[in-house]
This record gives sequence, structure tokens and C-alpha cells, in this order.
Amino acid sequence: MNRKSSRRSFLKSTSAVAAAAALPAPAVWSPAKAQARQETILAVTEYGPNNFDIHGVGTNRPGYEVSWNCYDRLMSHAKKTLPDGSSSYDRDTFIPELAEEWNLTDTSVTFKLRKDARFHDGTAITARDVKWSFDRAVTVGGFPTFQMKAGSLEKPEQFVVVDDRTLRVDFIRKDNLTMPDLAVIVPAVYHSELVKKSATDKDPWGLEYTKTNIAGGGAYKVTRWQAGTEVVFERNEDWKSGPLPKAKRIVWRQVPSAGNRRALMERGDADISFDLPNKDFAELKQTGKVNVVTNLIGNGIGYIGMNCKNPPFNNVKVRQAVAYAIPYQKIMDAVLFGLAGPMYGGTRGHTQVAWPQPHPYTTDMARAKALMTEAGYAEGFETTLSFDLGFAVVNEPLCVLVQESLAQIGIKVTINKVPGSNWRAELLKKEMPLISNFFSGWLDYPEYFFFWCYHGQNAVFNTMSYQDKDMDALIDAARKAAAEGDTAAYQTSVKGFVDKSFAEVPRIPLFQPTLSAALQKNISGYTYWFHRQLDYRSLVKA
Amino acid sequence: MLSMTLKRLAIALPSLVGVVIVTFVLTRALPGDPAAYFAGPAATKEAIEQIRSRLGLDRPLPLQFVRYVSDLARGDLGVSLTTGQPVAAEIRTRLPASAELTLLGLIVSMSIAVPLGILAATTPGSFIDHACRVLTTAGVSLPVFFTGLILVYVFYYLLGWAPAPLGRLDIFFSAPPQVTGFYLIDSAIAGDGAVLLASLKQLILPALTLAIFSLAPIARMTRASMLAVLASDFVRTAQASGLAPFTVIVTYAFRNAMLPVVTTLGMVFSFLLGANVLVEKVFAWPGIGSYAVEALIASDFAPVQGFVLTMAIMYVALNLLIDLLYGLIDPRVRLAA
Repeated sequence: MNRKSSRRSFLKSTSAVAAAAALPAPAVWSPAKAQARQETILAVTEYGPNNFDIHGVGTNRPGYEVSWNCYDRLMSHAKKTLPDGSSSYDRDTFIPELAEEWNLTDTSVTFKLRKDARFHDGTAITARDVKWSFDRAVTVGGFPTFQMKAGSLEKPEQFVVVDDRTLRVDFIRKDNLTMPDLAVIVPAVYHSELVKKSATDKDPWGLEYTKTNIAGGGAYKVTRWQAGTEVVFERNEDWKSGPLPKAKRIVWRQVPSAGNRRALMERGDADISFDLPNKDFAELKQTGKVNVVTNLIGNGIGYIGMNCKNPPFNNVKVRQAVAYAIPYQKIMDAVLFGLAGPMYGGTRGHTQVAWPQPHPYTTDMARAKALMTEAGYAEGFETTLSFDLGFAVVNEPLCVLVQESLAQIGIKVTINKVPGSNWRAELLKKEMPLISNFFSGWLDYPEYFFFWCYHGQNAVFNTMSYQDKDMDALIDAARKAAAEGDTAAYQTSVKGFVDKSFAEVPRIPLFQPTLSAALQKNISGYTYWFHRQLDYRSLVKA
Repeated sequence: MLSMTLKRLAIALPSLVGVVIVTFVLTRALPGDPAAYFAGPAATKEAIEQIRSRLGLDRPLPLQFVRYVSDLARGDLGVSLTTGQPVAAEIRTRLPASAELTLLGLIVSMSIAVPLGILAATTPGSFIDHACRVLTTAGVSLPVFFTGLILVYVFYYLLGWAPAPLGRLDIFFSAPPQVTGFYLIDSAIAGDGAVLLASLKQLILPALTLAIFSLAPIARMTRASMLAVLASDFVRTAQASGLAPFTVIVTYAFRNAMLPVVTTLGMVFSFLLGANVLVEKVFAWPGIGSYAVEALIASDFAPVQGFVLTMAIMYVALNLLIDLLYGLIDPRVRLAA
């Protein structure tokens, strides 16, 4: 009886549960929804932050966005309107953020902080906090220390507290990039007392705490974070370092599928979407349902790099042959859907003092073949073209086009897809013969780009292992001339290294990539920034 | 019953130990270099070494393993580098999301597949039988991300019936206080009808996607097992005794055909839980599958290990549960044990 009944009751109860699950739920409506929607901007992207602190270990790009909006820097950039009507940061104009004024001399710059600036918890921001933050940036190692160094900010002794509201930055050398480097994301100002409370012997700079907590005084506060799902920001009502932002609340949701991000935009459910494939942006532009703003990425270039250390690419003729065999126009049309700046077909002898600029090569198979013969490779050779699978949307079709094209001059290319997690390690080895890659520098100066990508110091970005004494001399001369304000020498040197990079083509620039954003028609104030993330402060929802 | 449960658990222990060792070794054998990945784009060789030592990856493997196991013993699964969160906490919030979706998908699938299988078995070769074959073949041959995208396209983009595919809740609702982690149950406990409805709406499309995919094994298994039972002597006897066809099929035949169906259900459930990564991607569902895949891409060891371990434990628990269910459905199984 017992056994039987337990079986019966089990079978009965399962069907009861199934029946209960099928009952419909009552409909309830939220009246406050429309109001909340008006004050909230919903941004959708593929990835979310993994760390709120740009000083942290392995903070990703979305993490930079949190830092940018939730922390203040001493200075920021003014905005300018570009010829196409879109808004961009102005590289050459600094505006006060936390500092209300500064005094720049040949040996130092002295910042005067705002009187009324406070951290999110209400504590006044002092020069000691600024010094502690800068000390942290130059000491923790990794990316922040590297970025500070790019502006000759290397030692804690350089940052001197004069009084509560005054901080002096001493220069260890004259460097044109010091001021711009003080306005990037890294030199953010942290609440030193708050972070110190969570510091340990193992973690003297409190990186664990700032990973998930904001210890700043920026325009937005993080009120909710579910890693990989969403981040919710509320406006800091007491923000004094600029005009109070218009958007009260920002909800940033991670939507992994590009198709759905586009559908959300077209249906009007999401306000801003950032990282869609170029194809979607090109089509959205045509349908005109939403606004698409496209900006060229400053100091950024997608390129084919050739390993100059080993044969056959140590032969300049082979490199030139490859440069003549690249299907530039096809890449522009079929891979980038026109959303990029062409970096080919420039006029020889008309080099500008600018970077990026087009090189003189065009697709010319006859010349490519002739050069291959001259180089002694008339019968061609076999090689491998590697790319980062993390950027497969652009890289994969691009590499296939290059493969097809190089086959015509006898170069048999095997495509090697490297997983994103492994790409940097592979780059560092500098053994891949042929790569498709992308580089962009935050600081938009030609000598900055060349220092990292072409200089014989062989930084990781000199992915070609290109070594040339004359090139180094030209780059160093340009840096020196920039620091000293010697315009004539600067122009000669910049033209010199650009010409040289075109003549010897260790890397073939293909295109200057763009950053596009899709915005609902009632969203205004979007601005392009060098860091290629959103600045919530200027966004307005009508 | 209790002794059987304990015996089964004891058998499961060695396999769990094996899982711990294998996942540890496998994650280390992956080609990616987490130090290079997390050192950022601008890293020099020194910076990468610095990161490597900070992550403890410069120590010899046996030492790393000892540390991993001792952390594990304290319930610490480590910290994910990609999301910056403790793995145990992430799995706690993400597993219910996946489980809720999978369970609902399975319920929907079952409520279609089982009746369909029974109908097909009772009238083999008929229109229903062919329809069942076509439906299940189509369901299993369409990749889930495709079905998912099509459903989103039709029901969200074109018709506007379904809510935006933005995960478990619309942005203007906040999650109910956590009791089980299942939003449907938690919001019902909290008595919040609006959240219950909102989360149910979000669930419909992804659950349907999973259901379409898992129709095939359940319907085919029900059909096959019913055919075997319907051909047996006791069914013929029941029919000969003049019992109503419904009684014969449901009370006598189906109950006896349930064993293989339950086995299949267990398999389908565990398989769906791990394999619904693509559904999670399409619907921005904060589940455990997409978490593991993202970690794998970044060669982020801790979440991958935590994921495999959790799945192993789930499999063990599920198999145990199915064995216990056998006993409830068929007394012979219990007696034999």
C-alpha cells in the first residue's frame, strides 16, 4: 500500500505542478515607467567592464569608460565641431576640470585645485589626494605606469604638494606630451584616505577595493553592477568640475549579439549602441531610422606588418612588391563598407606634416611582379598570414582578400587564426612573418605613433622588428624639436620619417579605422574622444 | 533508499577528484597566456612578467595546484579576471538564471514532445507520425542561435509582441529579493506581480528556442519506447479485456514506457544547461554557459575550473535524482537495488 501510494502520489503531483505552471500571471502596469524612461539613457554594447579602476591589473576598455565618467582629472579637453557637423574633443585645447587654473613653465606646471570639489562621500579633494593618485599611477606597474611614462611622468618625486590646493608637477625632461598625458584617463584623482583604508601589505595601493568601488569625485556614481550584464550610473548631483550633466541615469546593458543590438536600436528600445559591425552601421545610415555618427580614429591605422628580421621580408623589394599587390579598394568596399579613411594612393613627393596620411602605393600587379623578380623571388614563396580572431569581423575577410591577391604574384599564403587570448603573446615573440593588425595611440602626434611602431627600441608595437638607425635619428629629432618648439626642424623630421616608412614599408597602412555610434534621434551631445568610449556628461535626451 | 543514496555519492567522489585534476591540467595546457592578455595592449615583456607573478602564475604547477585545492576546500573558487568578481559568487547568481531558463524550456518541450510521441506511437505511419518526424528533425537540425535569432526577428523586431531581448528583466525592473535565484519563484514569494510578469515575458522566447531544440530526443524516445510497450502482451491483454483505449495507452502503456523517457529527460536537461551558451548569447541571458565561454576565450582559468566543477557536481546530483525517480516510477528497479 505504502509503495503503491507513493508512486501514485508522485505521478499525480507532477501533473499538478505542470498544470500550475501553465496558469497565466496577472497583468500589472507600472505608471512611473514613462517618467523613468525619459530620465534614463540606455546604452547597449557587447562587453562590459571587468574593473572600475584603470590602474588595475588587466582593466578592459569598457572599464576605462567607467573610470572616465566616475573620476575627475586635473584637466580635460575642450570640444570642437568637425567639418561633418559631429563633435570631437579638441586635442590642442585644455580646459579646467578639477584644477581651476594652472601655470606652465619650462621646468614645471603648477595646478590650483577648485575650492568646492568633493569626493562622492563629501570629503574635500586636496592636493595630497592628487599626489597620491599620481604616485600610484607611476608606481603600480603595467598599463598606467607605461602611459604616464609616455608623457615623461616617471617618478613620485615629480609630484610636489605645495599646499592643500596647489600641486606642482616637475618635469624630468622637456616633453611636448606631458600636458596631453595629464589629460588622459590614467591620471584620475582618487580618494586617498578611503583607498588607503583597504590597502594591505600585498596590495599597498588598494587595487582590490577600487576594482569594484568608485573612490572618486566624478560626474557619475555607479549604483549597480552585475558583471557581464549591466552597470547603472546615477548623476553626482554635487559635481562641481563642470556643468551638471543632463542625463540623470545611465543604464549600460551588455548585449552580446550584434544583430540584437541593431534590432534594439531600430525598435527604439535602446538609446545608444557603440560596437556594431561596419556593415550594420552602413545599413543603418541608409535606412535613416537612427542617427549614425562616424569619426575617424585619431592616430589609428589598420595595417599589414612584415617581419623585417627574417627572409623573405627582410628584403625591401619583397615588401614593396607586397605593397603593390594589396587589393586596397576591395578592402575598403567589401570589408569596411566604406567606413574608413583610405591610406593608399597618395601622391609621391607631397608628404604632409601629419599622421595618418596616405602612402603612394596602389594596387599594381605588374609592378609587384617586377619587384618580386628583382628581389630574386620570381617563382614566389610560401608564408603565413596571422590575425587576431578577436577582431575576426574585419580581419577574416581582409586576410582572405590579401591571400587571393598575393597568390597572383606567386606568394602562397596560409592564414593563421590566432585566438584573442594568445594574440599578444604571439606579437611579443615577433616571429610571425606576416600579420594583419591595428594600432592607435591616445596621444594624437605623429612622433608618438612612430616612436612606438617604428623606433629601434623595438617596443611591442614595432610588430615588424624594424630596426634602422636613420629612422631612430629622425624620430628622436622630431621629439626633441617638438619639446623645444622648433617648428622647422619638427616638420623636416616628421616628413623625413614618414617618407622613410613609405619607402621601406615594414608595415603597409591599409586604412584609418572609424568609430561609429548609433543614436536615437532624440539623443544629442555625443562626442568623439581619443579613448573611444562614451562620455555621459555631454549626452542629452530630449 | 538512504543507503543507496550514500552508496551512489561514494561512487561519485573519485570522479569529482578526477574532474578537479583534469580541469586544472587542461586549463594550464590551453594555448593562451593570461598574463599577456591581462597585461593590456601596451605591455612590455617586463610588465607581463610582473603581472604573471602577481597572478601567481610564475610558481611551479604542483604548487599552484596545492593552492587551488586548499582554496577549493574553503569553498573559494578564485576570482575571475575578466569580470573581476569571485567565481563562486558569479556562479551562484548565474546558475539559477541558466537553470530557470533550461527548466522552463524543458517543461515546454516535454508538454509538446511527450503527447506528440504518444500520438505518433499509437498511430504509426499516420499523418501525425510524419508530422512528428518532420517537426523533430527540423527542430534538431536548426542551430539554436538561428532559431533564437529568427524568433527575435519575428516576435520582437517585426511584430513587437515579445519584449526586448535584454536578459532576465527589462531595465526598469529590479530583481526580486533572492531566495531561490529563480525570478519567477522569487517574485511570486515577494508577491510582486509586475516583476513576475516581466520576467515571464523575458523567458518565453529563449525557453521556446531551447524547447524547439530539445523536442527531438524526447519525442523520438517517447515514440520508440511506447511502440515497444504497445506491442507487449499486457497491452494486448488490456485491449482484449475491453478497456478504453485512453486507459490502455495512458495508464498501462505510458507508465511502463516512462523509464527511458525520464533517462532522456535527465540527459537533455544536463546537456541543455551546458549547451545553451548560444541561446544565452542571443538573448543576453546572464547564464553560466556564456560566462564559461567568455572566460575560456580570455584564458581566464578560475571561472573555467569553477564551471566544469559545478557542472560535474550537477551531473552527479542529476543522475542520482534520476535513479531515485526510477524507484518511484518502477518498483522493480527499487527491489532490484
